[in-house]
Amino acid sequence: MSAFPLDLLGLDALNAILVIPAAAAAVLALVPGYRLGARLNVLAALLTLAASLLLLSPDRPEPGRYLFVDDLNVVFIILTTFIGFTTSVFSATYIAHELKIGRLTPQYLRFYHAMYQVLMFSMNLALAANNIGLMWVAIELATLTTILMVGIYRTHEAVEAAWKYFILASVGIALALFGTILIYLAAQPAMGGGVDAMVWTLLIDQVARFDPALLNTAFIFLLLGYGTKVGLAPLHAWLPDAHAEGPTPISAVLSGLLLNVALYAVLRFKMLLAANAGALAPGPLMVTMGLVSLLFAAFMLYRRRDIKRMFAYSSIEHMGIITFAFGMGGPLANFAGLLHMTMHSLTKSAIFYSVGHIAQIKGTQKIADIRGLTETHPVLGWGLVLAVFAIAGMPPFGIFMSEFLIVSSTFAREPLLVIPLLVGLLVAFGALLLRLGNVAFGEPLGSTKPAEASYVPLYAHLALVLGAGLYLPPMLVSWFQHVAGLLG
Amino acid sequence: MDGLDFDVAHLFAGGLVLVSFMMLYQDRLYALLNIFALHAIVLAFSVGWQAYIQDAPQLYITAAIAIVFKGIIIPVALHRIIQRLGIHREIETVIGIGPTMVLGIGFVALSLAVMLRVTAEADRLAREDVALALSVVLLGLLMMVTRRNAVSQVVGFMSTENGLILAATGAKGMPFVVEMSVAFSVLVAFVVIGVFLFRIRERFDTVDAQALDRFRRTRE
Repeated sequence: MSAFPLDLLGLDALNAILVIPAAAAAVLALVPGYRLGARLNVLAALLTLAASLLLLSPDRPEPGRYLFVDDLNVVFIILTTFIGFTTSVFSATYIAHELKIGRLTPQYLRFYHAMYQVLMFSMNLALAANNIGLMWVAIELATLTTILMVGIYRTHEAVEAAWKYFILASVGIALALFGTILIYLAAQPAMGGGVDAMVWTLLIDQVARFDPALLNTAFIFLLLGYGTKVGLAPLHAWLPDAHAEGPTPISAVLSGLLLNVALYAVLRFKMLLAANAGALAPGPLMVTMGLVSLLFAAFMLYRRRDIKRMFAYSSIEHMGIITFAFGMGGPLANFAGLLHMTMHSLTKSAIFYSVGHIAQIKGTQKIADIRGLTETHPVLGWGLVLAVFAIAGMPPFGIFMSEFLIVSSTFAREPLLVIPLLVGLLVAFGALLLRLGNVAFGEPLGSTKPAEASYVPLYAHLALVLGAGLYLPPMLVSWFQHVAGLLG
Repeated sequence: MDGLDFDVAHLFAGGLVLVSFMMLYQDRLYALLNIFALHAIVLAFSVGWQAYIQDAPQLYITAAIAIVFKGIIIPVALHRIIQRLGIHREIETVIGIGPTMVLGIGFVALSLAVMLRVTAEADRLAREDVALALSVVLLGLLMMVTRRNAVSQVVGFMSTENGLILAATGAKGMPFVVEMSVAFSVLVAFVVIGVFLFRIRERFDTVDAQALDRFRRTRE
């Protein structure tokens, strides 16, 4: 692994993961023609992925005042750039179809591709930010781009969904910014003012001297604010609409990545609180919000009629599980939370890849109008079946393993919490398999025209999830264990 | 820090809370826009005063943005959008004005009670500024959720944002305040343009129906 080509440009890997998407966004905004745009989009995503892999090298730059890399954010960055790349491949075929049927016009496509790269840029920036103010700005930018993308079809429903997303997301970002200001106020007496009092690596060194009461209040605001973006109940209402009405590649990126980025922000602040002896334990709050989201989403899954909306609720459910695991804390639960997050991102984006093509073939997202997919479109249909098995937590897929770890670690420490956790998991499991039965099997219904789909991203993700369920490489295990230790 | 610095800062911050209340009981869109312009101007004075007493010249930029962009450009633009799109000029509320005001008073009491208690060790000036700023933020959020009109929701969002800027300028020496006010302005500009482009009429019930039919047909 050589950083040679990057060195020539005077860039290190950390800057590269920001510069490449930003430059690509500028170029894509100007490039006419869908084919070229889609290819450039894939190329830029691939280059960003390559640059992010260079971050793995052991000699890391010193944490700067604005950007830094540590063992925690590397996991998130690589996951983000990887799914960003596979989604760009899926997006190329998906968008070609949208263009053909006239749902999107070429001007909108240019906008779409540029926004895709801006979104990648802002997510990488949020993850690599060492400054809580910069992190907030990056998450705001990511929110703005996704709002615009959700409304891109300009149908009545899409505009309504984008508007709802805007209203709730701005409540979220307002609360998060207020929390950020409070953290600064808490840091000010101990650290003096200025930029240093917003630098995360400096904050964590000094946090023991901060006023606990102010830190607690700040965390409540941050948890509610960023929690809105994670999609935790009761602030989740934007999420199903945004997933259902936007282009499917955006649903995949939203579920697979943006929710994680918001969760990452919560985790960073949780680490700050954990380092202050007088502050409240953030765990119980996160456990409660996680469990409420899990149970709520699991029951809501039964009543869904729209296939994308259903999987959006499944994302709320899984973000609930992950928040629960991180809220429990400790090496085992954190390890399980990290693993679950990775597996969920891979599986959920795979589901959206297949659902996107299915909705294009059938011309509808209504579950009642889709039947017998395994007969008419075996590759796509079975792909969906496998992906739903994986997301429902069936062995031997990776999610089974992470859920098993979460349940068993909870059982060892708080046996009573296992009951609501298992109820949520089983209810969701039942709902997903019930709906899957209708969609995948039975008498075929609706259009049977052949699929113009790219199966590679779908099956690549499924292979990774299956592989992780069967055998986790010891290197990955020790790395995740190390990160779990950092999370405390 | 002498008494006058303190009192003037409070006067402006308290004034902002008062203007937030005035926005809550407006029932006409044009009147609401005028009050919002007043809100932005009070904010600009408050930020300008902070710039003066903290000796932080970059904050004058934030004050200028507040006056020019939020005090003049945005209200005028929204005024024209209302005219052009023929939006209803009455504000439809989810709950009545009376209960909204009571809720608002509750929020102010809550934010003062919470913030003054937890910021006991923080800088004296920042402390009360932040408490009043949280009131402005909560009143703005209240307005966003109790209004049905897209335009008044945008105004609610902008007043929330004014509250955040008040909090950020009150925290002495906080970096990125200027960048933040720019970022917010960009967001608001996008949204206002979006309102115009997407032709959001009141809660979209009269979105260009022809365009909708065209989409439906091509999707079949």
